[in-house]
Amino acid sequence: MKESSDTQARRVQEDLRLNYGPNKKFVTVCAGTGCRAYGSLKVKDALEAEMKKQNMNVEVLATGCFGFCEKGPMVVIHPDKYFYQQVKVEDVPEIVSKTVAKGEVLGRLLYRDPDTKKTMFREEDLPFYKKQLRVVFGQNGMIDPTRIDDYLAIDGYQALAKVLSEMTPEGVISEVKKAGLRGRGGGGFPTAVKWEGVRRAHGEPKYVIANGDEGDPGAYMDRSLMEGNPHSIIEGMIIGAYAVGAREGYIYVRNEYPLAVTHLTLAIAAAGEAGLLGKNILGTDFSFDIHITKGAGAFVCGESSALFASIEGRAGEPRAKYVHAVEKGLWDKPTVLNNVETWANVPLIINRGADWYASIGTEGSKGTKIFSLVGKINNTGLIEVPMGTTLYEIIYDMGGGIANGRKFKAVQTGGPSGGCIPESLLDIPVDFDKLYEVGSMMGSGGMIVMDDSSCMVDVARYFLAFLQEESCGKCVPCREGVRRMREILDDICAGKGREGDVELLEKIATGVADGSLCALGGSAPNPVLSTIKYFREEYDAHIKNHRCPAGVCKALITYSIIPEKCTGCGMCIKVCPTQATSGEKKKAHTIDNDKCTRCGACIESCKFDAINVK
Amino acid sequence: MVNLIIDGKNITAKEDTMLLEAIRGAGISIPTLCAHEAVSRSGACRLCVVEIKKGNRTRIVTSCLYAAEEGLIVDTKSERVQNVRRLVMELLLARCPESDVLQKLAKELCVEPQARFIADSDKGKCVLCRSCVRVCEEVVGVSAIGLFARGSHKTVGTPYNEKSDACIGCGACAYVCPTGHIEMFTTGDKRKIWGRTFKMKTCDTCGRYFAPVDQLKYISKKTGVPLKELGICMDCR
Repeated sequence: MKESSDTQARRVQEDLRLNYGPNKKFVTVCAGTGCRAYGSLKVKDALEAEMKKQNMNVEVLATGCFGFCEKGPMVVIHPDKYFYQQVKVEDVPEIVSKTVAKGEVLGRLLYRDPDTKKTMFREEDLPFYKKQLRVVFGQNGMIDPTRIDDYLAIDGYQALAKVLSEMTPEGVISEVKKAGLRGRGGGGFPTAVKWEGVRRAHGEPKYVIANGDEGDPGAYMDRSLMEGNPHSIIEGMIIGAYAVGAREGYIYVRNEYPLAVTHLTLAIAAAGEAGLLGKNILGTDFSFDIHITKGAGAFVCGESSALFASIEGRAGEPRAKYVHAVEKGLWDKPTVLNNVETWANVPLIINRGADWYASIGTEGSKGTKIFSLVGKINNTGLIEVPMGTTLYEIIYDMGGGIANGRKFKAVQTGGPSGGCIPESLLDIPVDFDKLYEVGSMMGSGGMIVMDDSSCMVDVARYFLAFLQEESCGKCVPCREGVRRMREILDDICAGKGREGDVELLEKIATGVADGSLCALGGSAPNPVLSTIKYFREEYDAHIKNHRCPAGVCKALITYSIIPEKCTGCGMCIKVCPTQATSGEKKKAHTIDNDKCTRCGACIESCKFDAINVK
Repeated sequence: MVNLIIDGKNITAKEDTMLLEAIRGAGISIPTLCAHEAVSRSGACRLCVVEIKKGNRTRIVTSCLYAAEEGLIVDTKSERVQNVRRLVMELLLARCPESDVLQKLAKELCVEPQARFIADSDKGKCVLCRSCVRVCEEVVGVSAIGLFARGSHKTVGTPYNEKSDACIGCGACAYVCPTGHIEMFTTGDKRKIWGRTFKMKTCDTCGRYFAPVDQLKYISKKTGVPLKELGICMDCR
């Protein structure tokens, strides 16, 4: 430990570079939670067994999430970087005998562009990856997150070594400030300002915390980062702790993310053993430790003061934040709370410089952002793009457009309390300020794409139901107001909407946004207000014409059979649970609407598109 | 001391005074339900909201938790403030239609019940101000009652709604309850509260029932004063 921290880290890295050189032959298998569900671990085991069987000494790495979850399990053969998708255990012997052994490509496992029908060999050729800039998330696919050596080999902990050997705490803060890093958890608050506040604040000890309480439905970028590259978060936290003068840190991660918890735990232990955490880090006077706190899955615990309460062992309820966390945070001590993605950006800024970082993105939002792209889209997955990329590029270029050839209707950004953005605004560049301007928000980066089969009133109702369940119930506007809005939306969807409901919703929404204690209530009205703003005609159709234009709200739709299309096959009769469909074989069938529960079974079963919903 | 402007009037207030006190000190009335002098503040009811202006920025804050600051401009009756207050009253009236306290307050604030809200019938008069929970924890020190569940399912009660061994029957919760939701019946030698019946003790001097035996035992244990010396009621002491 007497060796200078910088030389020590560089020497370790040199050793490792020999093992991980550019010509080294190895195979990576995506082992993110999504691909694991597809069976990627079986593929990995099969690959290892097959290598042994064919007497090949090629390493198989189970890595973090590659991002293209739609096409899992994914396998990449290095050094040629051939990208195989939807790989099954049966494909393994051939992968080993042909691609790994002889460098022959298996065409059937390559990605085929649905438009041009061209097959693509490497990750970077795929439209999904082409426009991405994966500086934070890209390392996921190169390392086994359970091995610290893998992270060291890709320049891991170099930023920490640099900080400890050449930079003052103030220098670190000014570098992060120059980079223009803003909080990735949703607020978009300038990170360096927070750090400065804690550095200056009186009161000891000081804490740094990583917020991994990702709770937005459909969002999983934080999880994939914690699972796939835990050391990048830890390195960021150590640098942050050095900058603000903290000796203790916490990672708050929900217990529903077991793999993230496991990988973080392993990473903390390994970093401790390597002298990167604990007493006298890399031989310096600086000491810092990280603990993991497992959350019980309450959405509100992502809110800073509720998160502190939860770590302190109290109920996860927010409190008024008129005195900021930088002065009185965890246990009323100065605290930096940043999202895990924010922390993972820090080593990058130190390694590649603030100028490089600030050259990416828009004027007010620098760097890249990871988004989770889900819903009615062809390419479900995680993408990382420079700030300022348009929604259109995200949805159509990377996302591959709307699934099943349907029409785009809206994209909801920023999680359940974000807003729904219509087609007319798809050209806006995605950054913190622009999304706020159009009535939505960045949130932590969830994007739910909806097509014309989604009813926007029903969508607003769904999100309000989620928020009602997740409201902590402390303050009146959020607890009672969100619930009353949901009740009115329930009524509208059930055909019991009244004239004036929309105006009343707007009035309640304004009061809830203004009057709530924390940001959960403050932003809860967004789904209602944005759908009213951009899809008012759908509300009117429900209330005035008793019609659900998208054909979703069961009370407002009827099913009928189009006689010209019906072949009388009897399939709908077979599947109908309420015997509402009837008719003779080979003659057009009919539906009795008094019996029909609009369950949709007939639509799914009909091969001739003969069921009409109106 | 700090100088601030409240509803156009120049006011001087001690540093660390909450806006609520500064405003009331200036003779301006502000409604509250959850701010009780005996307990710490939670900012739960949101009735005391005011609009503050600092530089060019205005925002809504709860006056019970926001400390007076030099140069702050406070509006206690702006449109935004009144909208929040009206909404909170409408929501509470729908939650606790039986509460005479709320009805009276609504009248003072000129708020009518919102006809579109279907009134609840299962919440009693509880507005979840949490003063009872705080007094039990902070003043009495037994934490016999707490808050359970979250969101619109949230309730106040003893753990699992069972009889609580921690409760000493002191009635502090009923005393601080702003709406009279917590029921406590004291008749003769018995007091009923939170599903338990407590035996009352007679005053050694006047012979009147004055406190539950459990409460006196608790005080004795906590203060070290022998139980015998606690046998006299406040009036006779």
